[in-house]
Amino acid sequence: MPLDRDPADRDYKVVGHRHNRPDGIDKVTGRAKFGADMAAPGLLHGKILRSPHAHARIKSIDVSKALALEGVKAIVTAADFPDNPAVLEDGELTNIRYNVMAREKALYDGHAVAAVAASNPRIAAKALKLIEVDYEVLPHVVDVELAMKDDAPILHDHIRTEGVEDAPDRPTNIAERIELGYGDVEAGFAEADVVIERQFRTGAAHQGYIEPHACLANISGDGSGDLWCCTQGQFMVRDVCAQLNGMDVSKLRVTPSEIGGGFGGKTTVFIEPVAVALSRKAGKPVKIVMNRGEVFRATGPTASSAIWVKMGCKKDGTITAAQAEFKYQGGAFPGSPVSMGAMTAFACYQPKTLKAIGWDVVTNRPKQAAYRAPGAPMAAFAVESIVEELAHTIGMDPVDFRLKNAATSGSKSSYGPTYSDIGLVETLEAVKAHPNYAIKLGPNQGRGVASGFWFNFGGQTAVTLNLNIDGTVALSVGTPDIGGSRASMCAMAAEELGIPYHHVQTIIADTGSLGFNDVTDGSRVTFASGLATIEAARNAVKVLCQRAAKIWGIPADAVTWENGCAVPAGPNAGEFPPMTIKELAKQAGATGGPIAGHFEVSADGAGPSFATHLVDAEVDRETGRITILRYLIVQDAGKAVSPAYVEGQMQGGAVQGIGWALNEEYIYNDKGVMENPGFLDYRVPVASDLPMIDTQIVEVPNPGHPYGVRGVGETSIVPPLGAVANAVAAAVGARPEELPMSPPRLLKLMKEQAQPLAAE
Amino acid sequence: MSQVHVTTKINGDTTEYLCDAEETLLDVLRDRLQMTGSKEGCGTGDCGACTVIMDGRPVCSCLVLGAEAEGRSVETIEGMAKGEELHPLQRHFLNGAALQCGICTPGILVAAKALLAQNANPTETEIRYWLAGNLCRCTGYDKIIRAVQSAAAEMRGESHAA
Repeated sequence: MPLDRDPADRDYKVVGHRHNRPDGIDKVTGRAKFGADMAAPGLLHGKILRSPHAHARIKSIDVSKALALEGVKAIVTAADFPDNPAVLEDGELTNIRYNVMAREKALYDGHAVAAVAASNPRIAAKALKLIEVDYEVLPHVVDVELAMKDDAPILHDHIRTEGVEDAPDRPTNIAERIELGYGDVEAGFAEADVVIERQFRTGAAHQGYIEPHACLANISGDGSGDLWCCTQGQFMVRDVCAQLNGMDVSKLRVTPSEIGGGFGGKTTVFIEPVAVALSRKAGKPVKIVMNRGEVFRATGPTASSAIWVKMGCKKDGTITAAQAEFKYQGGAFPGSPVSMGAMTAFACYQPKTLKAIGWDVVTNRPKQAAYRAPGAPMAAFAVESIVEELAHTIGMDPVDFRLKNAATSGSKSSYGPTYSDIGLVETLEAVKAHPNYAIKLGPNQGRGVASGFWFNFGGQTAVTLNLNIDGTVALSVGTPDIGGSRASMCAMAAEELGIPYHHVQTIIADTGSLGFNDVTDGSRVTFASGLATIEAARNAVKVLCQRAAKIWGIPADAVTWENGCAVPAGPNAGEFPPMTIKELAKQAGATGGPIAGHFEVSADGAGPSFATHLVDAEVDRETGRITILRYLIVQDAGKAVSPAYVEGQMQGGAVQGIGWALNEEYIYNDKGVMENPGFLDYRVPVASDLPMIDTQIVEVPNPGHPYGVRGVGETSIVPPLGAVANAVAAAVGARPEELPMSPPRLLKLMKEQAQPLAAE
Repeated sequence: MSQVHVTTKINGDTTEYLCDAEETLLDVLRDRLQMTGSKEGCGTGDCGACTVIMDGRPVCSCLVLGAEAEGRSVETIEGMAKGEELHPLQRHFLNGAALQCGICTPGILVAAKALLAQNANPTETEIRYWLAGNLCRCTGYDKIIRAVQSAAAEMRGESHAA
């Protein structure tokens, strides 16, 4: 959908203004219903038995004692998920089936092995202890580089490395090799005046949504039923659950609850197919709610990584060569976001030559799930570290260095396509002009800059808009609201129809009420559902104009829509007073029936998003504690439909990135068991860790959206890892190569490498 | 095993319930009394999503047994608004975009209310440390801190309603 011709000149009446979110009142009063808040008469409670071993053959499972316990109504294991062709012919669906219930082997600590439904949660917990599983414990591997070795314990007998010619025909943990680039990097390095290379590592970070996964399945005797769950995509849940359970897709209706955070982690299923299987077997509604330990051990964190980057530049700052090797482990199944890491790594710049190689590796860890700009933050950490170092080495201001090499509108991206209008340069210039950039730093303090990129996505989208009898509007979208998107949809519909914001009510429809929608991911919702909302509203306006024409007895094309009213298009059309949407709504029955607009699309033209972050950090040389003193985010939103919620996306993403940089990581013991599966030991940032997070929205309209909107949700987590590392490097005079920069790592770094910096 | 009979006051109303001895107050509120505004984010007292006020003190209701509420007074998110009238904290959270997904919001509102009851004019640092036991993964806390500050100012009579 192209940009309207004059978006910058358009006088927006609703879009771009600050409105309270329609879901807000229920969320501040406790009325909002999340995944775990639903109940049903005769409800059973499901619990899942999980492997205590990182890697073990399941020789047998004996559920007889558990089944005999009073109150236990059903038990399922892998045997209850049929071998239907739809599953077997789809590699990822087969992996999901294996992930939701272990089959011949348990592949990680926490892997589901069996599930129980009982009359209350306490009986279900007792029953789990009565299930006897005979395990043969196998050697395990959780480190990405160890998993790539020839003698590593092998997870899957069927995996051969894709993307490699003449690969040996034997099992491996390396699922895929990818490569991208252009030009001759050796010639590029030869041309450089300065060449820097380093090896980096990042830990696995979890999305850390505060709401654990929860669902309630209610399958009837005829095999049809309902599922209520917290998810980023009800249609995905429906399709996957139905296929894993051998049901017709039409027989399962999925209703998304309010979602207590997702960040990508709820774009797949874990407990939902299990609840469906238990409910079907028990003939009763079954609710499963994960506890926090299960969320950490058995849902998807993002990949941990080992990344080598080498870059060269001339004295004038021109980057002549960029080379990198990315090794990402994505847990027990193929699918780490390594290709996105490699594609995004240099996307902010225009290196003259480029070569990037990526390896997708399986290990005995939980299957990774998407996490906000999947694959990009760790790649940006490595690249932005080298970029900052190159700038310092040639004595150039780090923002100027980035400006010198920045991707610009119309330039060819490092991963292939040519950029449309983009706003990286604007973010860099805004950072340079910001007062924070001129604040004088004290001893043990450092300043870091980093830029970041995310593709953004469009995807399959369907929207329906219905006019009510009083002229208000019911808007149905199919993309769960994880960041305030209902407010943006209300604003865009109201803008098009010329009615007040609060006259539009947006709901997230269940799968029986609307056409297919891809999951809420790729920062796509405000762009794609927004675009579809605008087009649905424009279609409704066409109908409204036709109805007015009919009432007035003039041709339909003689009517236009202005400020919420049908008006004659010109003097020749006749003299009629404006007819309001309310009047038209009231007469709908007599003029042709209900008035609606709908729109279905596979949206493209999402418009890439760029941000630049500026951070000042202070290091305590005795304890290794890092304090974030101030933090600035500048990001291109294209057009900020709801500025307050855009700021919220920017701030939230940045703070998740700060957590990843400073504290968050999966820690495994020598048995491959996660040692910190709780918020006490897996430490996400708390209020007292942080300063206020300054934001500045830049608006470079996206040519692929009528208002110029581009997604904003993910880019904000891309720069922080590098920005914080650069600030710490400046503070201590040594470069952090491993994240998180937890106090022990920072103390070690300072002891081994740091130069005491002279305070100015 | 027989259940425990408990008589307690919840949001000002005398309430009776039966619960298992090992059942938490949070489970009683959610599963027996259908007051699902208090959330379970961790069950171990680390996230604060289940915060309620018990005899004037904020507590994690996941760390309190249902039986322990006997003879006490419990305030939950459901009791914060008076009919249609929101508490100033609720209003400032709404107007200040201090919530995104909303799962942590009830616990943070209840904890903030307890703070303002004993410190009408907290500094930014005092608010940040008081709320350090309430995790929010969406907002980065910025707008939450500002909303508490502006609500506190209004409650002190320093500014008009947001």
